[in-house]
Amino acid sequence: MARLDLRGKLAVLADAAKYDASCASSGSTKRGSAGETKGIGSITGAGICHSYTPDGRCISLLKILLTNHCVYDCLYCVNRVSSNVARARFTPEEVVTITLDFYKRNYIEGLFLSSGIIRSPNYTMEQLVQVARLLRETHHYRGYIHLKTIPDADPCLIEQAGLYADRLSINVELPREQSLTKLAPQKQAGSIRKAMGGLRVRLEEAEDERKRMRHARRFAPAGQSTQMIVGADGESDRDIIRSSVSLYSGYKLKRVYYSAYSPIPGSSQDLPAKKPPLIREHRLYQADWLYRFYEFSVDDVLAATTDGMLDLDLDPKLAWALKHRTLFPIDVNTAPREHLLRVPGLGVKSVDKILRVRRLAALRFADMAKLSRSMKTLQDFVALPDWHPGKALDRATPADFLPAAQKQLSLF
Amino acid sequence: MPVVTLATPDDFAGWRDQARALAQARVPLDQVVWQVAGESADLLEAAVTETLPPSDSSRELRVPRRFVELAELAVCHRDADRFALLYRMLCRIQDIPKLMEIATDDDVYRLDRMARAVRRDLHKMTAFVRFKEVQSETGPVYLAWFEPDHHIVDRATSFFVNRFATMRWTIITPERSVSWDLQALTMGPGGHRQDVPEEDATDDVWRTYYANIFNPARLHIDAMKREMPVKYWKNLPESRLIAPLIRSAGQKEAAMIAKAQEDAPKRAAIISRRLEEERDSIVIDAADPLGRLRQEAAACQRCPLYQDATQTVFGEGLPTADLVFVGEQPGDKEDLAGHPFVGPAGAMFDRALDDAGIDRRRAYVTNAVKHFKFEPRGKRRIHKKPGIAEINACRHWIESEMEVLKPRLTIALGATAIRSLTGQSASVLASRGQVLSSSFAGPVFVTVHPSFLLRLPDEQSQKIEYGRFVDDLKAARELAARQAEGARP
Repeated sequence: MARLDLRGKLAVLADAAKYDASCASSGSTKRGSAGETKGIGSITGAGICHSYTPDGRCISLLKILLTNHCVYDCLYCVNRVSSNVARARFTPEEVVTITLDFYKRNYIEGLFLSSGIIRSPNYTMEQLVQVARLLRETHHYRGYIHLKTIPDADPCLIEQAGLYADRLSINVELPREQSLTKLAPQKQAGSIRKAMGGLRVRLEEAEDERKRMRHARRFAPAGQSTQMIVGADGESDRDIIRSSVSLYSGYKLKRVYYSAYSPIPGSSQDLPAKKPPLIREHRLYQADWLYRFYEFSVDDVLAATTDGMLDLDLDPKLAWALKHRTLFPIDVNTAPREHLLRVPGLGVKSVDKILRVRRLAALRFADMAKLSRSMKTLQDFVALPDWHPGKALDRATPADFLPAAQKQLSLF
Repeated sequence: MPVVTLATPDDFAGWRDQARALAQARVPLDQVVWQVAGESADLLEAAVTETLPPSDSSRELRVPRRFVELAELAVCHRDADRFALLYRMLCRIQDIPKLMEIATDDDVYRLDRMARAVRRDLHKMTAFVRFKEVQSETGPVYLAWFEPDHHIVDRATSFFVNRFATMRWTIITPERSVSWDLQALTMGPGGHRQDVPEEDATDDVWRTYYANIFNPARLHIDAMKREMPVKYWKNLPESRLIAPLIRSAGQKEAAMIAKAQEDAPKRAAIISRRLEEERDSIVIDAADPLGRLRQEAAACQRCPLYQDATQTVFGEGLPTADLVFVGEQPGDKEDLAGHPFVGPAGAMFDRALDDAGIDRRRAYVTNAVKHFKFEPRGKRRIHKKPGIAEINACRHWIESEMEVLKPRLTIALGATAIRSLTGQSASVLASRGQVLSSSFAGPVFVTVHPSFLLRLPDEQSQKIEYGRFVDDLKAARELAARQAEGARP
């Protein structure tokens, strides 16, 4: 095999990382380089997307694998041992060089480093930690670092990873344990959950220490996240929602990322060879938000599904509302917050604005245009002193809420 | 008519000072003309003080903090009307102190929109500035050309200083430029695109990354344009790839789908076999039957609880223990730690054992149900009582444990343990202190679960019930001791 130069390796190891959905650079502690003589980098807290590729996904972090050699044979993964994909391996120093070169030109917020499993989980984790250590200690780099954590690695290595990284993540891979057994026979759902549980305990300990001693060392201040692949094994949206709710409640995850299964070259015949289900992925994110920000219980979210699946045409909040029409219209001037949060067309910020405004003045229909981006949807679900939707909602069909273009398409 | 001339387009301090004086003098809104020095040549520059009625400095002006925050952003907006809007709002706030709360007020809404536009412009500047490395006598210098929509350069500099403090850099925009020399900032006049080199050697490496992190099967051009509007493309080195990547996406995607499964490389089988051998080589100590059970139980799927729990929490303690304690199920803490009775109820249990003169290390502690049953609520898991089906499914493990342990006395902590050990639903309070019989566990002494003590509302009843619990434990200890004596030949 021809030896690859740095750009050749980057091509292989970025390609290998492109199926990972997470890219967030937010949620860590603010810091900077002002007044420093060595090193580079800052964290604003908010996260910055430095570019977008034509798939609409942001580039915030340099997202690469240290190597795409892997001893595992997970059928959904392009880097599985039985795949014929081109292989490459960076040295830790090479990753450091590319990261700093990119950072200095303001292409990126930081590094998201993952790796195939080589030799053993511990050896692989050590290599990842080594990159982070070089960046932080040798180069005094203060930008964002997200390290993928290998579930079976020694807790000492996870501890070190947490001292250098802003965020750690362990992928649950698939929403159902039975899918994992089938598609990733060498991975164990149990050890993945145990590793996440261990991380949660460590994150909480570190928080407690910081409360008692201001100078206690931080441990992964941006917390942990995970990813699951959607549409690889016939699982229902109900399975996925239940699984992520269990993860949020158990392991205090900052995010569960859903990644529509994307066909991979030379894929296994057990997997769907078709376009990734992008709309389904989008609906799952919306459902996820209902649980996290809109005070929907898991049963409420599941009530938006039909036969275990979310409606692809309607956002899940609207689907829920259409199944609970008798609860509407909601009186904008008197309804409690949790009811306003159920109104299709009102976001969390708009609801909080409504609560502040109505303490001082009654809201009228025209005011709603300043609070909602989708008046056409909203108008059937709210009542105001100068507006009542009458029986509009009783007669409405889901098709009435589709954009015109989509309605035409459905004729064919 | 007073004409107020501000020094720069984003002169917040100037606006604030003039607006304060005008408002104190109660100058009507429609009589003030705001302009920026050098921007509108046709307006006569007039000193404000000359045309102002005497200012009433005792008139105290109050504004909420939020107004100041938004106003600082809004002065950077390119809308010529911004200073007049802010002055009008300053005056209105004196009459309506809570004006800023009314998001639907036309002025508040407009100010909010302006501030949001400026914030977005600032954010895009921090995102899309691209430095080009240039060698100079003093080392590398980094130059960038950027075209903001609003007057944001001064406000944006702190970000670049904080991030790139150890680099020499200059950002040039049409209106203004800013340079950092490792020590201080220098603001200068605007410049031209040609002032900054087109290319940097690293741009090629960056484009390699950009092309390969893109997934052609997920093409979604609108989403890209929404977040990275086309107006920014001309200054982004990666943008020249956008059109070719879009053109070839369909073909690449089809190739990804069409490429049939190929034969695996030869080394795959070797690596997989080695991995399997390593896994099989884990030996189980036959002389440790509890260890073997623990290992088997780790993979238990006898009921659906395993799906959401972190792990099986098996019993722990001395295999030759006289006393075996059986609780209900692991809680949140036990589920994460993998050990029984380590959460709040565990701490209560430990204290009571201590007070009853029982050494936990000489006992064996386990649960009727080995997986945590809960209901997710936001970021927490709320304990849920295990049902009869789960208790029955898990009885296999407690039976197996008892077969090995053969304790003199088993202590059932609460109703779930009673149900598990005796198969009967007995009330804890009615059978407390009694000894029930079990088909597999020998005599079963009944008491409450320590979590019962945690749920009591007042200190008085907590104290009483804690005492009763300790008394129960003492009674159990004595009972076991008597049985040991009775068993002696």
